[in-house]
Amino acid sequence: MAELIKLPGQKLANRSTSAAGRSQYLAFSSGGETFAIDIRSVREVIQYGGLTEVPLMPSFIRGVINLRGSVVPVIDLSLRLGRTGTEVARRTCVVILEVPAAEGMAVVGVVVDTVNEVLEIGPEDIDPAPAFGHDVRAEFISGVGKVTGRFVILLNVQHVLSVQEMAALAGGREAAES
Amino acid sequence: MDLEFAKQTFIQEALELLGGMESALLVVEEEENRTEAVNAIFRAVHTIKGSAGLFGFEIIIRFAHTLETALDRIRNGQVALSHASITHLLACHDHLAVLVEEISRDFENAPDLEIRGRALLDGLAPLLETAPGGGHSLVSAQATPGLETSHGSESDECWHLSVRFGPTVFQDGFDPLSCLRYLGTLGTITHVYSLFAFPPDETFDPEICHLGFEIELATRASRKTLEDVFEFVRQDAAIRIIPPHSQIQEYIALIQEAGDASELLGGILVACGCISRESLDEALRLQRVEGNVPPGPRRIGEILVEEQAVPPALVVAALEKQKRGQDPQSTETKVVRVQADRLDRLVDLVGELVIAGASAQARAGLSKEAGLIESTAIINKLVEEIRDNALSLRMVQIGETFSRFRRIVRDVSKELGKSIELEIRGGETELDKSMVEKLSDPLMHIVRNAIDHGIEPLDVRRARGKADSGSLALSASHETGSIVIEVSDDGGGLNRNRILAKALERGLIRENAVLSDQEVWQLIFAPGFSTADAVTDISGRGVGMDVVRRNIDDLRGTIDIDSYEGSGTIFRIRLPLTLAIIDGFRVGVGNTSYVIPLNLVQECVDLNAFLESAENHLVNLRGEVLPFLKLREVFGIGGALPPREQVVVIQYGETRAGIVVDRLQGEFQTVIKPLGELFRQTRGVGGSTILGSGEVALILDIPQLVQRVSSAGHRPNPSTSI
Repeated sequence: MAELIKLPGQKLANRSTSAAGRSQYLAFSSGGETFAIDIRSVREVIQYGGLTEVPLMPSFIRGVINLRGSVVPVIDLSLRLGRTGTEVARRTCVVILEVPAAEGMAVVGVVVDTVNEVLEIGPEDIDPAPAFGHDVRAEFISGVGKVTGRFVILLNVQHVLSVQEMAALAGGREAAES
Repeated sequence: MDLEFAKQTFIQEALELLGGMESALLVVEEEENRTEAVNAIFRAVHTIKGSAGLFGFEIIIRFAHTLETALDRIRNGQVALSHASITHLLACHDHLAVLVEEISRDFENAPDLEIRGRALLDGLAPLLETAPGGGHSLVSAQATPGLETSHGSESDECWHLSVRFGPTVFQDGFDPLSCLRYLGTLGTITHVYSLFAFPPDETFDPEICHLGFEIELATRASRKTLEDVFEFVRQDAAIRIIPPHSQIQEYIALIQEAGDASELLGGILVACGCISRESLDEALRLQRVEGNVPPGPRRIGEILVEEQAVPPALVVAALEKQKRGQDPQSTETKVVRVQADRLDRLVDLVGELVIAGASAQARAGLSKEAGLIESTAIINKLVEEIRDNALSLRMVQIGETFSRFRRIVRDVSKELGKSIELEIRGGETELDKSMVEKLSDPLMHIVRNAIDHGIEPLDVRRARGKADSGSLALSASHETGSIVIEVSDDGGGLNRNRILAKALERGLIRENAVLSDQEVWQLIFAPGFSTADAVTDISGRGVGMDVVRRNIDDLRGTIDIDSYEGSGTIFRIRLPLTLAIIDGFRVGVGNTSYVIPLNLVQECVDLNAFLESAENHLVNLRGEVLPFLKLREVFGIGGALPPREQVVVIQYGETRAGIVVDRLQGEFQTVIKPLGELFRQTRGVGGSTILGSGEVALILDIPQLVQRVSSAGHRPNPSTSI
């Protein structure tokens, strides 16, 4: 089983919103770009490995892993965002997220190049998502955060990892093949 | 306690009791020895009435009360039960169920329910008719207690109830008033004195109950019934129930228990007419005299017992009776409710334990330490037992679902004037609880169809030389990795020509199409398909069979039909065993392992040695030509071909086929893990399991896989004929 990677900010994860209304985000790189997601949907980060491919699935569904006895699907974020697939390297990680699904919450893993840090961003430092100019679908972006002069794209987990939409894509591929 | 939560508990328990009541009613109808069943019915109604009283659900109390009175008369053998009265009692049961389900509604504004309830109660009249003097049975249930005070006190004897509620009654979510209200339904309350024992200083807390009642109740109810009124508050409360015509000492003891308030209480009792002023004075004097001789109060207690002089034999008999009364109830409630997700979590953890245990055992084996190897072997054996137990927790017997059909068969057949016997086989077959829930709707459709269209009217049956009463059977069994549920009838069977004509009319098939029987039968699952000439209440609208098909599909099951013109139809539903352990057969393609349910596997052979035609995907298995599919091709797996491919010959139902894989990796015990919502529409993969190495392996859904390959453009796809 993959080992846990200790995050410097992991201890803070429990109280994700500090007193000043600032929220915590987990920053990671995927395809050379930095993204961040609200830490409240992050359950843990594990090393990439032990993946089993599921046949007849769209390529962004990489397969399933065994997370302490539960079988968890793993999504290639880069492919999901419409880019090239993530190449597995030494620092490749799977971020385990909880996303809303038809029956409660679903646990989904996301492959990323590296996990960087936990950022604390206040609402004043978050701009709305640009209407155009980015190659990522607009509804996938919940905003753009400014952190020490850098821009970080904040992903909308509900949309990017919408179980319903992904299942429909998987089903559509099925229908097209049979 | 959260009142809303308590209410939900009430609803759930009441519905469970009603379920028991329904089956008991059906037993009563069929069996000679009815005592136990009648008791169960009575208990159910009684308990519901009691709990409803706690919440003050007047409409339920009123209805249940009269029903209970009627049942009591049945129980005592005062009236005989006919089929008609059972039908009526079933209707009363249904109404009570509606009332319970709808308690959240504002009953005052529900005249429909009230009217229906009244009509049903009127229908109970034959059961109540011979009640001597009318009493309070039917009347008191509908009239307000105040109206019949004089009436009640004439015929009924006065009990005295002394109640001091526990301090936490309010905090526990009980309304002391509801006890009074309920008492009012048992008889007539002639006097109530409320007592408040307020603390003298500022420690008064409005959430603490300081309330007590002295109640005079004219009733014919038994002591047990009266005690039951206080069942839920009994724990902390001081309750004393004094039967009518009790000796004066009972009251004196009560006064003495009151301590400081004895003067006041004495006054109340005099006012109630329980004791005379002289007796009271005498008692108080006695108390003072006795008080000088330590230990006073105890000695009075002893005297009381002596004076009451109850024959010991009576006490023994009473105790035994009480014990009998409790025994059936205790066996009924030996169930613990557990949330399903907690069970799932447990099963997950146990699965982890199995895997961890296997790896520990492997390491122990390498160490060559005999002691360590033995210990890990013992641990693993225990772990396996735990796993089996944990998995069985989610499994329920299908019998409960089946027996619900007794009622449906009874009602529907009565309605149609057909006589039908329902036979249930294999009720002990277990399957996952979530499946049972989703199965009851499709089964309902099939059963109703069988009764309505399948089994012929009496004259036709006689003309065909069949027994007068039709027979319908529900059966369940395990068969080759699945659960098979059959609904069979001895009716007329499906009419091939009529189905074909209808299908042609609806454009489902081409003219002159050559279809096998199986293909014809599958046509009835098309949306909107119905060959019934008349649309009845029960079936024939053509909605149903397609829903049945869809529900079964959702459960990843298959349904097929055997029908014999003139002699009957069998619907056979085959469901996979989910969330169970199966014996798996592991095969490898490329770098990945897949699991085939072992009981589908017939044999394994070398592909090259038996190949008949590579283009048509056929092998020649000792003279039998068998189609095969290559997992590598179906799943689009790349990589180099192994030198020798293997064929796994599988069989399910009447279908035989070969699955070509790279490697055979042997059998192993497989804990099935669902793949989740994301893969719901994936066909060909039925689930997953975790291997000893911690890796996930996919479990193949062989019927779907074969269907997927064989059904290209072939509609409707017959899953059983390839």
